[in-house]
Amino acid sequence: MAKLVAILATTHHPFFYRTSQLPPEEAPPFAAEWVRKVEAYRETLTRARPDVLVMVGSDHFHQLWLDNMPQFLIGKAPFYDGNWENEMREFGLPKLLFKGDEELSAYMLREGIDKGFDLAFSNELRVDHSITCPIFTVRPQNDLPIVPIYTNIFAPPLPRPERFVQLGRTIREIIDAWPSHLRVAVIGTGHLSLELGGPRQFGPHGPDPEFDARAVRWIADGDIDGCLSSVTLDSLHAPGNATHGFMDFMLMMGIAGHTKADYADNLDLFHTMEAYFAWYPEPDLLVGPPLASKGALL
Amino acid sequence: MSKYLVNKFLYTVDRDTELTERYREDPAGTVSWWEAEEANRILNCITAEKTTWLAFTDEERTALATHDHVTLFGLGAHPFLTLTLWIAMFERDFDEPLGMQLDYAAQLAHLGLPYPDIAT
Repeated sequence: MAKLVAILATTHHPFFYRTSQLPPEEAPPFAAEWVRKVEAYRETLTRARPDVLVMVGSDHFHQLWLDNMPQFLIGKAPFYDGNWENEMREFGLPKLLFKGDEELSAYMLREGIDKGFDLAFSNELRVDHSITCPIFTVRPQNDLPIVPIYTNIFAPPLPRPERFVQLGRTIREIIDAWPSHLRVAVIGTGHLSLELGGPRQFGPHGPDPEFDARAVRWIADGDIDGCLSSVTLDSLHAPGNATHGFMDFMLMMGIAGHTKADYADNLDLFHTMEAYFAWYPEPDLLVGPPLASKGALL
Repeated sequence: MSKYLVNKFLYTVDRDTELTERYREDPAGTVSWWEAEEANRILNCITAEKTTWLAFTDEERTALATHDHVTLFGLGAHPFLTLTLWIAMFERDFDEPLGMQLDYAAQLAHLGLPYPDIAT
């Protein structure tokens, strides 16, 4: 069977790429610490030596539109182009090309449908910054095939938080049972509290630091029950109008299970709190020295 | 209410650089042309298969034609679409980093929770 060697759940701040490219004299004061934290986080994936990456993200009204909106979609293609014109314009993100793992895509679609998720699929998908940003942060050499999974956290009616957790559990079952010799890592990105296009946007911190403090503890502690008892579709409006992206973190918690993270770090930034989590389901599969740090939250 | 159509306007104008510039320079003319020629085009279908019934309300048409993002927010236009297009059109007019985004937020500061429903 395939080996699930690492689970990473993180934010996808689209300004990181451009910030990390700036010469020191032009970089904002927070840039050095941001880059340092991301480079430390990158090690959590590198040491797992994955062969293929399952990437969980959410299309931001790029290819998926309101005339035909899936709730959960898996890409099934030999390649995926990445990033859109308005992401180049607004964030300075370059376009890039990913290899796809069609065999794993087909397996996940078949098994997912049979396990109760009527998954949509796409044979021609240009992925956006929810999937390209974690490549820039944790796998900048972009040398591994991917399976992209999109969730709808954006266009109501949305699936409820419980459904995201259930999908995460199902993804875990599917990967654990995949008849393959490959080492799989899952990387998912979401948001903590976030406001976009509303009165609380782009403040000195995320719009709801109290929610963020609770959220990073739920994730770091693997506290799925505590999270589910506190978070509903309605309650997620209060911390910020784009906070439903937190449900992608909940999906990743579903993959990891009721387990404390092996790495948990965060960074309070303008506009949002950045967060970086990793789990190693089978630590025996790791080689080399342990991580220098487990992150600021552990 | 035709929130869907307002969103469709924001979405299709944002992804076309020429249209973005045209909307910045001539908002009323662009909205009028778009509603007449583009509003009913299903995005991946030929002209013969146009929708037959989509139109803006007067309030939506006026808000779009006057670049009134505060009213669009109140009408339940998707805030991500509005913001993204406004950044494309107006960020260049501000000297400070995030100046446009902070001004945009300040104009909405009188609004509290719950925000208008954005479901379409």
